[in-house]
Amino acid sequence: MTASTRAFAVGDVHEAVVVDGLTRTQIVQYAGASGDFNPIHTDEVFATQVAGYPSVFAHGMLTMGMTGRMLTDLVGDGRLTRFGGRFTAQVWPGDTLTTTAAVSGVDERDGERFATFDVSTANQHGVAVFTGSAEARVDS
Amino acid sequence: MPAERFPVEAGHVMAFARAIGDFNPVYHDATAAAATEVGSIIAPPTFVQASAHFDDDYPLRPRPGVRWFGSGAAAPAPKEPDERAAPAPAPSSGTSGGTGLHAEQHYTYHRPLRAGEVLTVHARAGETWEKQGRRGGLLTFREGITEYRDTEGAPVVTARSVSVMTSQTVRDPA
Repeated sequence: MTASTRAFAVGDVHEAVVVDGLTRTQIVQYAGASGDFNPIHTDEVFATQVAGYPSVFAHGMLTMGMTGRMLTDLVGDGRLTRFGGRFTAQVWPGDTLTTTAAVSGVDERDGERFATFDVSTANQHGVAVFTGSAEARVDS
Repeated sequence: MPAERFPVEAGHVMAFARAIGDFNPVYHDATAAAATEVGSIIAPPTFVQASAHFDDDYPLRPRPGVRWFGSGAAAPAPKEPDERAAPAPAPSSGTSGGTGLHAEQHYTYHRPLRAGEVLTVHARAGETWEKQGRRGGLLTFREGITEYRDTEGAPVVTARSVSVMTSQTVRDPA
């Protein structure tokens, strides 16, 4: 993706699958890159036998990172001005996640145009795992 | 304490982008990035989380002289169910605003973050509040605010995180 060339209008809904069948290896890959090696994410023995979870699960920040990829693909490189949200359910190995970004506003500010988005990432059961919002500088 | 100095290295940005499944050349290919609007390799929106690598005391990484709490030949002894907290020994995480599970994360981007920059990290505690969990047990929320500044002292990214400490193993935080 390069610059944003899209026109954004309130009510537009954009959607993309951000991971199709999350692997334990990708969770470990994220641990290595982010530096968060918490064994609830990286160590199945610990996650199940000590912490009492059904398996390891993804870092919330992996879900947010994958969600962010959908947004930067949509609005263009380096154009986000805000991005945030809540982690609402855990993400497990095998999950397929889809991110939806709905345009909630388009405003002019200091001679530039900004679009705001309601952002939600849901798993294959339709359960939201991340919900939040974002703002990006877009072309006039 | 979070890292005080965070060098944003091109190889690290590449590894991080791969881990989130983002193969956009602007995160790893200097030639391709030069032809984009931003003009050079930049970091993905959530990359500052990886500043944990530069925090000497970061508890969620094995460190010299500190016994790691994950499994080796055998698992550590399971806790009693009512003592189970997530994550188990409740290590404090400088970059997630306190202890426990990550409940919220919010970023403000003042400008694109470029590979090759060296940021300084300025963290402070925010508010703390409590809430009754859906399945019983008290949830304690802690906010942390971290500002990443460039060598001129100008803010590049401001991060606000909320973590939740639970009194039992949770399936759905917050």
